Amino acid sequence: MTSVLEKTTLGGQTPAAPRSMSAADRKRRVRRRLWKIGAWIILGAVLLVTLFPFYWMLRTSFSTNGALPGQSTNLLPADFTLDAYRRVLGLSTVSDSLQQGGSTASINFWIYLRNSVVVATVTTVFQTLFSAMAAYAFARLRWPFRSAVFALFLGAMLVPPIFTTLPNFVLIRDLGLLNTYAGIVLPGLLMSPFAIFFLRQFFLGISTEVEEAAKIDGAGYFRIFFRIVVPMSWAPISTLALLTYIGSWNDYFWPLLVGQNENVRVLTVALGIFRAQTPNGSPDWAGLMAATFIAALPVMLIFALLGRKVINSIGFSGIK
Amino acid sequence: MSTTSSRLQRSERLSASRPALSAFNRRETRAALLFVAPAAIGFIAFFVVPAIRGVGFSFTSYDLFSAGSFVGFDNYARLVTDSVFWNALWVTLQYVVVNVGLQTVVALLIAVLMHRLTKSMLVRGLILGPYLIASVVAALVWLWILDYQIGIFNNLLDFIGLDRQSFFGNPHLAIFTVALINVWKSMGYTALLLFAGLQTIPKELYEASSIDGAGEWKSFWRITLPLLRPVLIVVLVISVIGSFQIFDTIAVTTKGGPVNSTRVIYYYIYDLAFNRYEFGYASAMALALFAILAIVTFIQLRVTRARDNDLA
Repeated sequence: MTSVLEKTTLGGQTPAAPRSMSAADRKRRVRRRLWKIGAWIILGAVLLVTLFPFYWMLRTSFSTNGALPGQSTNLLPADFTLDAYRRVLGLSTVSDSLQQGGSTASINFWIYLRNSVVVATVTTVFQTLFSAMAAYAFARLRWPFRSAVFALFLGAMLVPPIFTTLPNFVLIRDLGLLNTYAGIVLPGLLMSPFAIFFLRQFFLGISTEVEEAAKIDGAGYFRIFFRIVVPMSWAPISTLALLTYIGSWNDYFWPLLVGQNENVRVLTVALGIFRAQTPNGSPDWAGLMAATFIAALPVMLIFALLGRKVINSIGFSGIK
Repeated sequence: MSTTSSRLQRSERLSASRPALSAFNRRETRAALLFVAPAAIGFIAFFVVPAIRGVGFSFTSYDLFSAGSFVGFDNYARLVTDSVFWNALWVTLQYVVVNVGLQTVVALLIAVLMHRLTKSMLVRGLILGPYLIASVVAALVWLWILDYQIGIFNNLLDFIGLDRQSFFGNPHLAIFTVALINVWKSMGYTALLLFAGLQTIPKELYEASSIDGAGEWKSFWRITLPLLRPVLIVVLVISVIGSFQIFDTIAVTTKGGPVNSTRVIYYYIYDLAFNRYEFGYASAMALALFAILAIVTFIQLRVTRARDNDLA
């Protein structure tokens, strides 16, 4: 941005423009510069719209409920306080919380945070492992009906989830797994068609030479897979794991159906319940925003640390 | 010794007569089956069997508590005459058109701007921000921003002299509000998909057209759009399928109201199954949704005349 401005303002002093440059050329240069400035302004506006809600979430979470109506356009927190976080983390008494515009319902986001971590971690580890194994068999091993089975797996991606969700709910209930971690993670534990598709694409692309050499040395298929293929494919596997973790962390529909009970309630479900419990006339906005921030923070931190891979993976190795 | 050799001979004879099966190494096949086993169990238990069961449910009056009785095509007959279902379909369609239409246009704009301006990882990361958070989180933040009395957006409208709007309470606005929230949430992701597509367009094309005196606008219509078509088609098909399944945002903001104006099909199915325990009817509707999605996808591919390799 600054460099563009500098060039425009200092243009006359630099000897960059040779005297032979025609008027049309100069006109075109000016037009291009104007285009660039305009384009940056639009991109800046897009970024502002993208990021403002995050800031507003943070700002409100540090505000006092009573002060929000009077300072609804104040860009800084309305009467800065950490009370909202105390409320949603179960650190303040019921009477305190009522006084601050919270609800009487017990809200403890530590438990929900723990549940989200358990569910997302277990889902990610097992789904990625088993999907990678299957992807390897589809990409590298030769066996009867391989492509037909693969086509079937892919077909599952086209079925709207709700169609299988209804019978899956009945299954989980009949197994007595409602309101257990097992009930929440089981349907996604063993595979995801997308994960298999994603990793198969990658396994197809790596060179067979190392595997052949290992085979000649007498290594079994499991050894080849865990000692050679997995280490070689660490980048796409970890990218996929990251995508799976984020997806599982953000999932709402399935845990809403099978895991409402407080001891297994994940963050997204807890947020929905919190929103429903909050008094209708004057919702506990500060508390809600503190809770949403707690729900969003882990994923944003992970993304800030490891996000480069995700960004690079978009569009190249697969589309979700 | 002799048995081994005779077995060898037999297997040789077998392989000679049945080349198709002998092409597979036994050890390799066994390993492959072990590798696929966990995924296959998951696939059968949580995709195949439920799909078959779901079709079965749709012909019964199953209510979650007692084994329902077989009712033939009653649920489907009811579907055809259920005005709430047709309304749900209409509302969903409005949502899909606004959400996908706007999201694609905005994403295309962002992608082209990034393509011509910057490769910055920071910009790309920030753009992706809303996509990473849960729909529930996005819905709650916007519920607050758009609050009638003390939300900052309505106060801004007030400040510049416009009327306050009840974004979630007005039946004419609610579904569009939800659509716009999800445009905000997924436009960055779509932009990055398109951005990746733009990377494959050779830079020389733009240089050549610039020498020919074409401006940015002309280059966009003559080079960018035609060459991006295959990527755009994939993005459109995937966005449409995804946005037919809008649920989370509705569940935490409007719950289908006011007066069914945001009762989208996913929410209606959920409501039928888990609040009214009409599992049989809900299953029939889920199957109908599947059929509708299949038809919509087929039409989309036909209209855009996607070639086979576009979806590879």
